[in-house]
Amino acid sequence: MAGLAAAFGSGAMTNSIEEIEFTDVILATGTNTTENHPVLSSRIKRAVRQNNAKLIVIDPREIGLVKYATIWLRQKPGTDVVVLNGLMNVIIAEEIFAKEYVESRTEGFEALKKAVSSYTPEYVEKISGVPAEDLKTAARLYATANKASLLYAMGLTQHINGTDNVKSCANLAMLCGMVGIEGGGVNPLRGQNNVQGACDMGALPNVFPAYQAVANDEARAKFEKFWNVPLQGKPGKTIMEMMDSAEKGEIKAIYVMGENPMMSDPDITHVEACLRNLDLLIVQDIFMSETAAIADVVLPSACFAEKDGTFTNTDRRVQRIRKAVNAPGQAKADWEIIADLSTKMGYSMNYNSAKEIMSEINAVTPSYAGITYDRIEKEGIQWPCPNTDHPGTRFLHSGHFSRGLGLFHAVEYVPAAEQTDDEYPLILSTGRVLYHYHTGTMTRLSKGSEERCPESLVEINPFDAKNLGIEDGDTVKVTTRRGSLEAKSKITKRSDVGMIFMNFHFHEAAVNLLTNPVLDPIGKIPEYKVCAVRVEKA
Amino acid sequence: MEKICSVTIDGKVIEASPGQTILEVARANGIYIPTLCHYSNTTNVGACRVCVVEVEKARSLVASCTMPISHGMVIKTDTKKVRDSQKMVVELLWASGNHDCLSCERNGECELQNLVYWLGIERPRFNIEPPNYKIENSNTMIQRDLTKCILCGRCIRACNEIQVNEILDFANRGNFAKVGPAFDNDYIDSECYFCGECVDACPVGAITFKQARFSGRPWEIKKVKTTCTYCGVGCQMDLNVHNNRIIKVTGNKDYIHPNEGSLCVKGRFGMDFINDSSRLTTPLIRKEKDGEFTEATWKEAYDFITERLTEIKKKNGPDSIAGLSSARCTNEENYLFQKFLRAAIGTNNVDHCARL
Repeated sequence: MAGLAAAFGSGAMTNSIEEIEFTDVILATGTNTTENHPVLSSRIKRAVRQNNAKLIVIDPREIGLVKYATIWLRQKPGTDVVVLNGLMNVIIAEEIFAKEYVESRTEGFEALKKAVSSYTPEYVEKISGVPAEDLKTAARLYATANKASLLYAMGLTQHINGTDNVKSCANLAMLCGMVGIEGGGVNPLRGQNNVQGACDMGALPNVFPAYQAVANDEARAKFEKFWNVPLQGKPGKTIMEMMDSAEKGEIKAIYVMGENPMMSDPDITHVEACLRNLDLLIVQDIFMSETAAIADVVLPSACFAEKDGTFTNTDRRVQRIRKAVNAPGQAKADWEIIADLSTKMGYSMNYNSAKEIMSEINAVTPSYAGITYDRIEKEGIQWPCPNTDHPGTRFLHSGHFSRGLGLFHAVEYVPAAEQTDDEYPLILSTGRVLYHYHTGTMTRLSKGSEERCPESLVEINPFDAKNLGIEDGDTVKVTTRRGSLEAKSKITKRSDVGMIFMNFHFHEAAVNLLTNPVLDPIGKIPEYKVCAVRVEKA
Repeated sequence: MEKICSVTIDGKVIEASPGQTILEVARANGIYIPTLCHYSNTTNVGACRVCVVEVEKARSLVASCTMPISHGMVIKTDTKKVRDSQKMVVELLWASGNHDCLSCERNGECELQNLVYWLGIERPRFNIEPPNYKIENSNTMIQRDLTKCILCGRCIRACNEIQVNEILDFANRGNFAKVGPAFDNDYIDSECYFCGECVDACPVGAITFKQARFSGRPWEIKKVKTTCTYCGVGCQMDLNVHNNRIIKVTGNKDYIHPNEGSLCVKGRFGMDFINDSSRLTTPLIRKEKDGEFTEATWKEAYDFITERLTEIKKKNGPDSIAGLSSARCTNEENYLFQKFLRAAIGTNNVDHCARL
């Protein structure tokens, strides 16, 4: 998000889901979308099978989309920048970039040109393993399309240089004039139902709703007036920083609403030590999650089917959720609990419904100003929607970027923080599988998901398996510098030689005991996609 | 300017665009033509012949779902010839399957049943001779009873043309034709992703949601439109509620954005957690570090929290308190949560797991 915001002035998905089906070229990198966003992936597959679109997949794993791909660039994990810079190197060398667009709508081209000049196809092949000819073919395919949509997800961001990876995607799209047009764009695919909304609503340490900076005096004055209370101008701490502060004893109390950092954060052992060091841990959840289990107070909340509200999806569409059934026992909607607690704490919050809260959001959030419950009763509206006559916005940056001119960033390749060595010779990447979701608290209770995917599997290439004397289904021990666990092996060519893949859904094989908590310095996202491991027969 | 064709349907003169089928023009103008194999957003195959109409000067009845209009076309949808033909087709379908509405899940929302009734058929004139297929009972999500299958192919087109999962197809020919995954496997032994698109597509009781069987009749069910709680696509779906329980999740093609009625295995079959007995139902307080949780009232929990937070804030300042909001909760809740931290506590220490 930080990467896109720096380049365009907005970190959101630029275009709409439906446009993906009617574009000429789709470049999907670091997104295993058939498993993580299956319904969106149908649009990609229909574009290819029915509308003659060309699909470029850049991914170290042989993901589901590869079956539909025109060309597949299989890079070594962590070398995304090399490949993306390489594509731009070819496009600039062959002068097939959008010269007029670059001149009139962007800045920083010379710096970009200089930065990518050393990423020749031959160099790219040497570092990333992507054949030089394939790189050229893909570059030409993307650059010469009338419209091309670039899709990415956590496969790009969960790296030490995740922000750089995103900036490179922005560079590539701008270089070819693909931003601000229908069917184009740089499109981060959100993995969680309301990540977009949580960001939009200011559940971030540095911004109020609609990304109005807390450090900005004008913005702060506006919220001070509206909320009738003096506010702090110093940005707060990110999750990872909170954990470190808790360990040091600077943060004494953490209130967790609907999160499970004991499963989702890297290096769980460290997270547990941090949380246990608190004077007060409040957890509000629908289940006794791993995090709730070590809390001082646990508050039962209603799930999405038991309350009213809105979610904002990945293409900025604000959509209703509706109460269908009653919450169990005394469980209450999260908004009711927060309001009760705030009033108890001496700051009064009186709302009779989620709709009333949305009215307040409309008033302080310019991009949501025109998104009222009445207007989204039938169909959601995509922000920005500045007033109640505005139809919403299908794609961003039409005519000009949110920040004015699009900004190229000169990005250099930074190797993954942890490299393989004799002791830890393989690379571990983590992610999700189709049948489960995130830390598994919900899908692990689903009969169907458990039937289809009952246990964590270590996906390993037949070549590596043979070298290690591992047969399909053997229990293997996976060890990193931080911890070790056991799980069954699945021998598959989906994993490239030299890498293994594991999901993070199963607490029995909690892969975040292994992952490297090193963060991207700007996005503060942990490097879940690359760490060095040793695999042996258990 | 788009070219306009003029056609006459049941005596009504209608202007339409070239390339539209007779069925499309009729439906757009409120003229009912029944269909079975027709399924929007997929290829028109003209397989079931239920949508036949009479076209002047045509040698025989034509399938309205596949026939494009032409200028001056005169179409009749309710002649005796049309009805006789439709009855024949429907009676043959009835006779070739095990259409026992008494125990069928689709009773009340079955397209074949509706057609039988609409055409006023008492009994089929042919002997009822269903094929001898076993009910597919080998997974917990989707049940298939191919003795009820009318071979309309909607499940196949849903699988291949909508989801593009490319699992289902026809096998064999004539009386032996059947639908399914490769090698006549059960779903569970195939590559099937259990998106359930085939169930929504099935017009009869051949493919049904297994866990919803016998837990509520169509007319007892309340459908509540909502947004899926899993990934960021934000699929619109109907929660089918009976007796305060979600018995199944269905797609709805009328909900255009963003999913046009499609769902995936998580949205479709991942709702068991809602009714799970492990849900938290009461506030819990751990009075002493490393002690056990004890059940509490909301008031006790609020008092416990307020007392401690106030003390911590007084002693260590507001920045000694932090909050983790949630990408799983609503906009309204995220808004209130950050407002609570910023306005009620006085810190900007608020974040959520967008990064993970």
